[in-house]
Amino acid sequence: MNIVVCVKRVPETADAEVNIDKSGKDIDKSGLVFDLNEWDNYAIEEAIALKEKLGGTVTVLTLGGEESNETLRKCLAMGADDAVRLTDAAFVGSDAYATAKALAEAIRQIPHDLVLTGVQAEDDGYGQVGGVLAKLLGIPHASLVNRLEVQDKKVRAHRELEGGLEEVVEIDLPALLTIQTGINQPRYVSIMGIRKVAKKEIKALGAADLNLKAEEVGLSGSDLRVEKLFTPPVGEGAQILEGNLEELSLKVLDIIKDKGGLA
Amino acid sequence: MNEIIVLAEHRRGELRDVTWEMLSKGRQLGEILGAEVSVALLGKGVNNLAEALKPKATRVLLVEDERLEFFNTETYEKVLIQLITERKPSLTLIGQTATGMDIAPGLAARLKMALATDCIDIDPEGENFSVTRQLYGGKVNAKVSFLKKEPYILTVRPGAFPVVERGPLSGDIVPLPSPMTDEALARRFIEFVEAGAGEVDITQADILVSVGRGIKDPENIPMVKELADALGGVLSCSRPVVDKKWLPKACQVGTSGKTVKPKVYVAIGISGAFQHIAGMKGAGTVIAINKDPKAPIFNVAQYGIVGDLFKIVPVLKGKAKEFRRK
Repeated sequence: MNIVVCVKRVPETADAEVNIDKSGKDIDKSGLVFDLNEWDNYAIEEAIALKEKLGGTVTVLTLGGEESNETLRKCLAMGADDAVRLTDAAFVGSDAYATAKALAEAIRQIPHDLVLTGVQAEDDGYGQVGGVLAKLLGIPHASLVNRLEVQDKKVRAHRELEGGLEEVVEIDLPALLTIQTGINQPRYVSIMGIRKVAKKEIKALGAADLNLKAEEVGLSGSDLRVEKLFTPPVGEGAQILEGNLEELSLKVLDIIKDKGGLA
Repeated sequence: MNEIIVLAEHRRGELRDVTWEMLSKGRQLGEILGAEVSVALLGKGVNNLAEALKPKATRVLLVEDERLEFFNTETYEKVLIQLITERKPSLTLIGQTATGMDIAPGLAARLKMALATDCIDIDPEGENFSVTRQLYGGKVNAKVSFLKKEPYILTVRPGAFPVVERGPLSGDIVPLPSPMTDEALARRFIEFVEAGAGEVDITQADILVSVGRGIKDPENIPMVKELADALGGVLSCSRPVVDKKWLPKACQVGTSGKTVKPKVYVAIGISGAFQHIAGMKGAGTVIAINKDPKAPIFNVAQYGIVGDLFKIVPVLKGKAKEFRRK
């Protein structure tokens, strides 16, 4: 079972305050901690667990600058066998479609029975790379997978639908699956573990290595361009309660008593 | 005549709400762009759905085939490629749902059409056709323009566009031949399964105390459970807590979990991703406790406390116990 997992390095913003930078087209990333995209963390865990069960190799693939090596090393420490980073000045400004083009060319050069991506990235949230990749590779796919089982030359996958419903599908291999959070419990990686893979080679490939012309990728190969960022308009917003902890607690209790019939 | 095509989304015999939202928005866009709104309905034995859609569109493009009984990207894609190639709509609207997320990226790639996913606003009138999307879990909005000319495919966030009641449209039902053959499919629908059935039923509670990612550690969950108990309420949670297996799926509020309508909803350490908000916006009163003053949850809450939940929850719990003893 040879598996390729596409990952992305993203700033962690779930618990952080996000501010728009001076260009107005990006957020101010100074002071933010970067890590493996949450969905990809589940995807890499799933791949390694499958490898441990069925044998084969796991190759982790990303598109990004040198700082992305840190993300790839985390995946190697988790148990991936090889890491490839796609990097080229021509890739700058790539939207989800242009990114998928570059990833597809790289994956063609790697033996694969299964390709995994996260459902989406925490930063731009396009949720698009997986579906485009499958099409470019000419393989079937299923998105939002929260359970999977490999059976011979097939995968049985559960897709997460709305309202607690799941859909079970069967797909012939090779196939691409986009992995939903919660599918497994990603293993913890220690600093020692990352140190152990510090010297491991990370292969870097540029546009020419992928037989891509500069105009096929980056902004010129993209369909979308971010024009500006802005803070989401606030409705009436919440009435912010003030006071010390006791006062706050009493105010909350009064509201609950008034609105909810606290008995 | 220029055309906008809306993909009707249905499951187990029922049209999903996003269909009506897209038809309403599509009609408004059609007036700006000088386009008619058609709805594409794919399925087996879905005449009743076609009838329901009639007043909301100029025509219902109906493709029936027994192989379309259940959604499958492979079969849907075949039909939509034929439909879009022949009719050349300037816009195709699809829901940003488990269905739309599955089909739209590959469909756009096959048709070599530009796709913008998860749109919460659509502006066809500016210098360039542009849409608004959210980044970083809803903390920032982005105005995104297309680098190509029309046609475009847009996926539309459920709940982003209100259904505006207007006079009925003609809604001619146009049956179209199915392009499906007996060719074997590489992906096959097997069955639906219900996930997250459990002992607790969070949908019946008057008071829900809900905990999110901000709780940081499973050891901190009992503190919130005790608060829920002290308030005579029920403990629920947002997605990250279930993903980490700290609480069962039956406790999850949101798009992929339960939709709840308690009298009071106390959101603790929940930033308010739109999928979560979709599950609790029907609550009577929302009280949010979060350390990030810009957390989107404060936009739907009536009352907020900006602060450290680990300091507030224990005091609140103590006061609630005192209050109930009185």
